[in-house]
Amino acid sequence: MSKDQEFYWRRLHSLLGIIPVGLFLTQHLFINFTATNGAESFNSVSEFMGNLPFLWALEWIIIYIPLMFHAFYGVYIAFTAQPNTKRFSTFRNWLFVLQRFTGVFLVVFIAWHIFQTRIQKALGTEVDYNMMAEVLSNPWMVAFYIAGVISATFHLANGVWAFLVSWGITQSPKSQKIATYITVLIFLVLSVVGVSAILAFVV
Amino acid sequence: MGQAVETKYIDVEIERQNSTDSQPYWEKFQVPYRHGMNVISILMEIQRNPVTVDGKETSPVSWDMSCLEEVCGACSMVINGRPRQSCSALVDQLTQPIKLQPMSTFPVVRDLQIDRSRMFDSLKKVKAWVPIDGSYDLGEGPRMPERKREWAYELSKCMTCGVCLEACPNVNTHSDFMGPAPLSQVRLFNAHPTGAMNKDERLEAIMGEGGLANCGNSQNCVVACPKGIPLTTSIASLNRATTVQMFKKFFGSDRMVD
Ligand code: HEM
Ligand code: SF4
Ligand code: FES
Repeated sequence: MSKDQEFYWRRLHSLLGIIPVGLFLTQHLFINFTATNGAESFNSVSEFMGNLPFLWALEWIIIYIPLMFHAFYGVYIAFTAQPNTKRFSTFRNWLFVLQRFTGVFLVVFIAWHIFQTRIQKALGTEVDYNMMAEVLSNPWMVAFYIAGVISATFHLANGVWAFLVSWGITQSPKSQKIATYITVLIFLVLSVVGVSAILAFVV
Repeated sequence: MGQAVETKYIDVEIERQNSTDSQPYWEKFQVPYRHGMNVISILMEIQRNPVTVDGKETSPVSWDMSCLEEVCGACSMVINGRPRQSCSALVDQLTQPIKLQPMSTFPVVRDLQIDRSRMFDSLKKVKAWVPIDGSYDLGEGPRMPERKREWAYELSKCMTCGVCLEACPNVNTHSDFMGPAPLSQVRLFNAHPTGAMNKDERLEAIMGEGGLANCGNSQNCVVACPKGIPLTTSIASLNRATTVQMFKKFFGSDRMVD
């Protein structure tokens, strides 16, 4: 990637984080939340999603390609930073580091998650409530999934904050502060939704 | 009363380096205390008597300075872990041992002396000036509203000291990010009524390599800047200006400047 096009690549990275990846993540967590209403409820929604027409195209265009671009370019961005929270231990500087740390962790988590679900489906396993319940019968997996979901919700919420700055929407310190409150709220709501969904497979 | 005043000493530890590529090493000094000392006066004391705590003769420590009143930016260094100006760092306000290090985001010339050329190169790259008459007469510039002048004055206080680059996690050897200071200068010169005649050129410059998009919003710069320049507001404002510039360039008509 040519360095003088960097501005456009960064803007694309920022945009893809919200549309479609962030929207997909939100939808994904809400759909999983149906598991809190029992196996049938989850299975019927999951079946509906699994039967969408042109599913493979939707998957590649809405999920895999944008996510891979965002993730791989994100790893590059993450490793060009030199964290200095020891010198500057402000809230924003910590979030800066966490944004990069959760991003790198998400690469591992998402790869594993896709392997356990989508690739198993391609190999012929039925993806339904029981399959997830089996995956989550291992307490280590429950911890790993909770860490993955919370990393993702944090990364998205803080990413919304960064997006608003990256595109010049929030400029004044006051608007950035209010955006902080709103994104903390987004983080909390998405985390509750995401973690309840995981726990619904455990009990 | 009538008693001999006991000499107090200040403990100082300095990270030294003989040349740009040589290995840094630490030396400890004890310097007699005087009322009202700043870090520069410690360094002057060491220059007079370059002997370490262990009584070893050493070379005098090099550093840079000029104005001695926090307006030139030459004397920046890392003092007790924080990048700042040594001329305005008062000994009475520092915890001891006072640790002095060069701002190693920049090439170290020797000891605490660094080379800030990259900042001046960036200012050239982003055209941080108002071009005046060349082969044609630009005429008299429009007046600036007084309230705008007051606001612009704050941005113009930048002394290219480099503290914001040292504070930024994205300015380092892996990246060629120009850092917050030259970006904020683009906002300053684009706000100037005559400077605005070249605002597209400045925006294009910061949309190039090492430019604006490298900011990752750690917001350390605004905390660190000794002049209180609203760097993060400048960056967000430029983010909007470049968003507009990007769309205008692609979808817009053939109007180049505004
Ligand atoms: C769950 C999937 C993900 C979502 C929803 C997501 C979303 C976002 C959003 C919205 C942003 C803000 C963009 C901006 O700064 O304007 C962002 C930034 C970022 N993302 Fe992601 N992301 C995801 C996965 C990843 C992965 C796997 C990585 C890999 C390391 C990553 C690395 C980064 C980095 C480094 C930034 C900061 C960019 C900057 O501040 O310049 N993200 N992400
Ligand atoms: S913006 Fe502030 S910290 Fe940065 S170089 Fe200018 S005066 Fe120094
Ligand atoms: S000597 Fe000029 S800022 Fe310190």
